[in-house]
Amino acid sequence: MVQDLLLPILKHEQKKSGYISEAAIKRISIQTGIPVSRIFGVATFYSMFHTKPQGKNMIEVCHGPSCHLNGSFNVLKSLYKSLKIKPGETTKDKKFSLHTCSCIGCCDKGPAMLLNGKQYTLLDETKLKAIIKKCRS
Amino acid sequence: MISLKINNIDVKGKEGDMILDVAKRYGIDIPHFCKNDRLERIGACRICVVEAKGQQKLIASCCTPIREGMEINTHSRRVMEARRTNMELLLANHDLNCVTCKKNLSCKLQRYAEEMMIDEITFSGDKRLYEVDHSSISIRRDNNKCILCGQCTRICNDIQTVNAIGIQNRGFHNKIAPPFGMNMHESACVNCGQCVIACPTGALTEKSDIQGVIDALRSDKFLIAQTAPSIRATLGECFGMPPGTPVTGKMVTALREAGFDKVFDTDLAADICIIEEATEFIKRFKENKDLPLITTCCPAWIKFGEQFFFEELHHMSSCRSPQAIMASLIKTYYAEKIGKKPEDIVLVDIMPCTAKKFEIKRPEFTGEADFVLTTVELGKLFKLLNVDFINLEESDFDNPLGESTGAAAIFGHTGGVMEAALRTAADWLTGEDLKEIDYKKIRSMDTLKEAELTIGGKQIKACVVHTLGEARRLLEQIRQGTCPYHFIEIMACYGGCIGGGGQPLPTDKERLIKRTKALIDEDEHKDIRKSHHNKSAIKLYKEYLGDFGGKKAHKLLHTEYYKRDYV
Repeated sequence: MVQDLLLPILKHEQKKSGYISEAAIKRISIQTGIPVSRIFGVATFYSMFHTKPQGKNMIEVCHGPSCHLNGSFNVLKSLYKSLKIKPGETTKDKKFSLHTCSCIGCCDKGPAMLLNGKQYTLLDETKLKAIIKKCRS
Repeated sequence: MISLKINNIDVKGKEGDMILDVAKRYGIDIPHFCKNDRLERIGACRICVVEAKGQQKLIASCCTPIREGMEINTHSRRVMEARRTNMELLLANHDLNCVTCKKNLSCKLQRYAEEMMIDEITFSGDKRLYEVDHSSISIRRDNNKCILCGQCTRICNDIQTVNAIGIQNRGFHNKIAPPFGMNMHESACVNCGQCVIACPTGALTEKSDIQGVIDALRSDKFLIAQTAPSIRATLGECFGMPPGTPVTGKMVTALREAGFDKVFDTDLAADICIIEEATEFIKRFKENKDLPLITTCCPAWIKFGEQFFFEELHHMSSCRSPQAIMASLIKTYYAEKIGKKPEDIVLVDIMPCTAKKFEIKRPEFTGEADFVLTTVELGKLFKLLNVDFINLEESDFDNPLGESTGAAAIFGHTGGVMEAALRTAADWLTGEDLKEIDYKKIRSMDTLKEAELTIGGKQIKACVVHTLGEARRLLEQIRQGTCPYHFIEIMACYGGCIGGGGQPLPTDKERLIKRTKALIDEDEHKDIRKSHHNKSAIKLYKEYLGDFGGKKAHKLLHTEYYKRDYV
């Protein structure tokens, strides 16, 4: 079934372009015969897909229970201070995108986050500042 | 046969029957939201849960088949508590302004809340807040009222294959909308309104034109109403009459009491439509060119064709829909006859259909019909004007545009247009006045029906489809050149116009069959049952239109189609 191939196709598109554009969805719809509304539904359902252009650096802050208790909201606060974006948003210079994500398995070292897929743990404001600075340079 | 117990009563059912359906047969109507007989059962709403002895979890009765020896309790304490909790959760995130809601008193959510005696909602929390989508000409979408049962999208995707709306996002942000943040007007929506009749709440409703009509009624313009063939079999339901009660006479009286100067019958236009379509068919059949010919009475199907099958549109009849034929005749022929300017006449069409609202706004029909009211809206208008509908006297349509035949009466149900067209075409091809005029094979509720007719050694193969998914399959055949038919009727709504997006709720198969029967009865009781024998229509051709399918007829009764982009 062509429907079964939709997720791999979307994953490929996400990897290639960094996000799944309107044009890409229309193209996939023509190629597979799956209606646009359904593809858009799938693309918006999974948090691993983005339907808007994303920044160069992808920050995903864990909001699992353990990280939450260890202050993941403070991580978001500090990130807002330095980047001026909230979860789901991208900086104007297109350098950073911020999202929250479910547990990434670093419960013993919370709060934790992923930066471009790499784990950063035991975060605090100074640590975050250094990470952002390194990315900017 | 499988025997089981429901609430300690011995009941029987066939293998594969669902608990909910068996219970209904034995008089217990288990509440449900997401179940729709035309769709796959998904058991999503969890309102229909029941308790089965020996099973730990409650089960969704709509999609659990019966088994031998089952002991079901539909209203145990546990069931009622679970149902109540689920209802309260739905209501906790619902816009509860019931009295100002368009579905007030016809809303399923409201009905169940009342039946379950929910007087307080114990949950409180964030509420979704969406902007109401007024963009579409025919359908109003208010996501604040949506309970995410998903019937609308499944009808739109699986049955109609239009795919205008879909479920998006996840969890709390889950919503039903057209893709890419588009509004309904920009989407592929064909305005058929099947989502409107599927919606259990006020999330999808027709766009109301009642205020416009009231304003017109209070102005000094000349007001004319025309009523579509199917309205007379369904309007009574708005006033609590049993389904299938014909209310033609009362409806005409009520329209006059409401303030309309003249009440005309779209049935006459339906007869003219048949005369034109049959002329067109016979011409194409003799030349063996551009066959099959497809009827074009349904505006939702026309938009569907323009969007998805533009290359095949030469198969469509160029004939207008009866509504547009009548509108054209009123603003030309009738306006001349009574010596009024077309702009001094306000024409209100009473239609079963939300797509008609879109049709009258098509640029080629500018200046013809002014408003379209659906059956439900007409019911609301009469209630607003406190018309005592049930006790009204009966009266007849006005002349000269009020006479109709039995052939026009059956336009309102699936297969009717084809049956009427075949009556006329068969007469004309044989040159006789045929007695055998009932085409019972195409009257059923199957979505694809065939009829064959042999005239002078030549076979005519006719086909009737309703629902756009079925139409799509047929159009694909035409595209590939494998379509065996000569003449095709397409209606977008299940059951034809009697199941239209503007008809009273609920619209289930049982009701549709009763409504169909009312129309067939009307046909059988008419003296004249063939469109080309309609005296008023023939007089109209003699006086004004000229030849059947002639130049003037073409100008006033035919139209053209455009290619439409869609997403």
